[in-house]
Amino acid sequence: MSKKVHTLTPKSNDPYLRLDAQLLKRMHNIMVRGRLLEERLIKMSKGGEGFFWIGGPGEEGFNVPLGFQVKKGEGVQFDYLHLHYRSSGIALAMGAEVIDTIRQMRTTATDPYSRGRNFVNHYAVPEWNIMPVSPTIETQYSTAIGTGIAQAHTKGTDSLTIVNGGDAGTAEGDFHSCLVWANRPALPLPILMIVVNNGFGISTPAAEQHGEKNIADWAKTFDMPGKTINGNDPVESYFAIQEAMAYIRKERRPYLLEAKTSRLYGHSSSSGANRIPEPDCIKIFEEQMLKRNLIDEKEIEEVWTSNRNLIDDAYQQVKQEPYPEGDDIWYGVFAEGLDDTYPKKGGS
Amino acid sequence: MANMAQAIRMALHYGEENLGVKEIFGEDVGAPLGGVFTVSQGLKKAWNSPLDERGIVGAALGLAWAGFRPVAEVQFVDYIFNTIDLLKLCGNSLWASGGKFKTPMVIMTPTGSGIHGSLYHSHSFDSIATKIHGMKVVCPSTPLDAYGLMLSAIKDDNPVLFLKPKALLRAKGVELIPGEPADEKALKDMIDAPIGDRSNWKPKWPKLEDFSIPIGQAKISREGRDATIITHGRLAPICLDVANEFAEAGHGDLEVIDLRTLIPYDWNAITTSIRKTGRVIFINEETEITNFGEHLIRRVVDEMFYELAVRPRLLAGKAVPGIGLSPNLEYASVPQKVDVENAIRELLADPA
Repeated sequence: MSKKVHTLTPKSNDPYLRLDAQLLKRMHNIMVRGRLLEERLIKMSKGGEGFFWIGGPGEEGFNVPLGFQVKKGEGVQFDYLHLHYRSSGIALAMGAEVIDTIRQMRTTATDPYSRGRNFVNHYAVPEWNIMPVSPTIETQYSTAIGTGIAQAHTKGTDSLTIVNGGDAGTAEGDFHSCLVWANRPALPLPILMIVVNNGFGISTPAAEQHGEKNIADWAKTFDMPGKTINGNDPVESYFAIQEAMAYIRKERRPYLLEAKTSRLYGHSSSSGANRIPEPDCIKIFEEQMLKRNLIDEKEIEEVWTSNRNLIDDAYQQVKQEPYPEGDDIWYGVFAEGLDDTYPKKGGS
Repeated sequence: MANMAQAIRMALHYGEENLGVKEIFGEDVGAPLGGVFTVSQGLKKAWNSPLDERGIVGAALGLAWAGFRPVAEVQFVDYIFNTIDLLKLCGNSLWASGGKFKTPMVIMTPTGSGIHGSLYHSHSFDSIATKIHGMKVVCPSTPLDAYGLMLSAIKDDNPVLFLKPKALLRAKGVELIPGEPADEKALKDMIDAPIGDRSNWKPKWPKLEDFSIPIGQAKISREGRDATIITHGRLAPICLDVANEFAEAGHGDLEVIDLRTLIPYDWNAITTSIRKTGRVIFINEETEITNFGEHLIRRVVDEMFYELAVRPRLLAGKAVPGIGLSPNLEYASVPQKVDVENAIRELLADPA
């Protein structure tokens, strides 16, 4: 671990008491919102209202604290995010509306992220520097290099690039490209490299395929800071993200953060999307907050009810919205549109 | 006159000075080498990257999203194959995001045969490139076209794959680039790095001017009445030479169209010429199976079958796994001048 990483001086020995109680409640609210949203998406997938489902239930304990700490905005002075398809908690914490994810699930023309074209949880928000999420595995670690260079070449900014993905994807070359480019002596990059380790690549246990003790150990090779944390604990996650971001914003160098989390509904709808008995970050969070009287049972119930209503209302509205017309396929092939001679017949 | 490498270098200099190009990078692109074909010598924004094509293309895409208008180089097109899914992302970012993410970026890479490059320095990528929809593909055959197409590629809000015919990079032009000194040696003294120690060398750039060859616009290199040759890249000057020689010998009056842009291609130029001649051959050095020229032939047959006097033809590379080093093997694999002559002779002789 680099000596320039500043471990935050605790005001209390209890990390839960070091964070503002209102912030903890806001985190809890968005975590619940994310969970209920994912469960609604799963239900839609199983009910034929949409197709493939893939998402991040079980990762809220890490993703929501991350989303709350993003320097949000458009352009090189703000943080860039290269996310993957389990990142709904990050987007919701940044202010994304549940209705828009439901629109993408239902493939409506009103889907603001892809116009009904992409799988659910494939965000693309230029106003918040959320770069287009792709179904390809790990390519986000290659594109993150680019925004990292843009920020490294912009004098005076403290903005950083955030890239996240799963444990299985770290076997791809893109992960190692990102490590190499972020640590070039000629131009170190301000990139927060995140690996959310849920222990599986679809059905394949990581323990069978990865000999690394921790994925974060790759950092040692580059003498860059790296840390493995319990991503099921939102407070531990919050502080770890804060520490990593503070280091990157100041030192303009990369940091590798591995968060171990659960995967509560398996890989995707292709593996059934049924509840799996692994530790639940929301349940853990609620127990910890109740134990410290930071929230009470009634408040918790209200959070679940209000978010359920929010999602129900959004779902009812999306059901009224149109699907894209077939002719919409020609929109966005080229930025300026297509001229009359472009072949459009699809054959003879 | 400038050669194509110098022309591209001058275009990149114009781009970094005037068109917002903030990053020019790739393997050996920065000092001291300035690119294995010297196209990035002396540029302020040029730097060396790790030997990692996926990182190069991914970095360019991220920079494009950030509005930095990057120009990245893949050292030889033979090494671009491991980036295909990233090239697809370049091509589909705008579409996949419902029109929200423009990707102004240029990937430049030397393509094709002609330098005795054996299996991995002779590939063509033209046909595969045309399958990456959302990406524009250009391939100049003269220094002036290279200059004008590079400036257009830099200005474009779409990803542009700029294919540099490696056999032509050292070929001198016959047209002056706007701002280029007329004295060839003067240009060389100004912008070519010296051999040996160049640590203190700085280029003296001529006062270059904006000049665009519009993407999507073919060039009629030679007008003719009897048959149409549609080509691009390395084979364009060969086809033009053959056409001139046929005319001098009284063997036929050939029209030569240099596509310059493969995607989006200039369909109006193609149809107008075929309507005039009734005979057409598409000539390129990609392999025969699923060749870009085949697509154009299919469309010609579909849309103007009754305007053809004879069957349309394709002259292409042989469908073998590689290009052998021994000259006889290379010449047997990709079209040479004699193959162009024979193919055109047959096209002209075909009874209508």
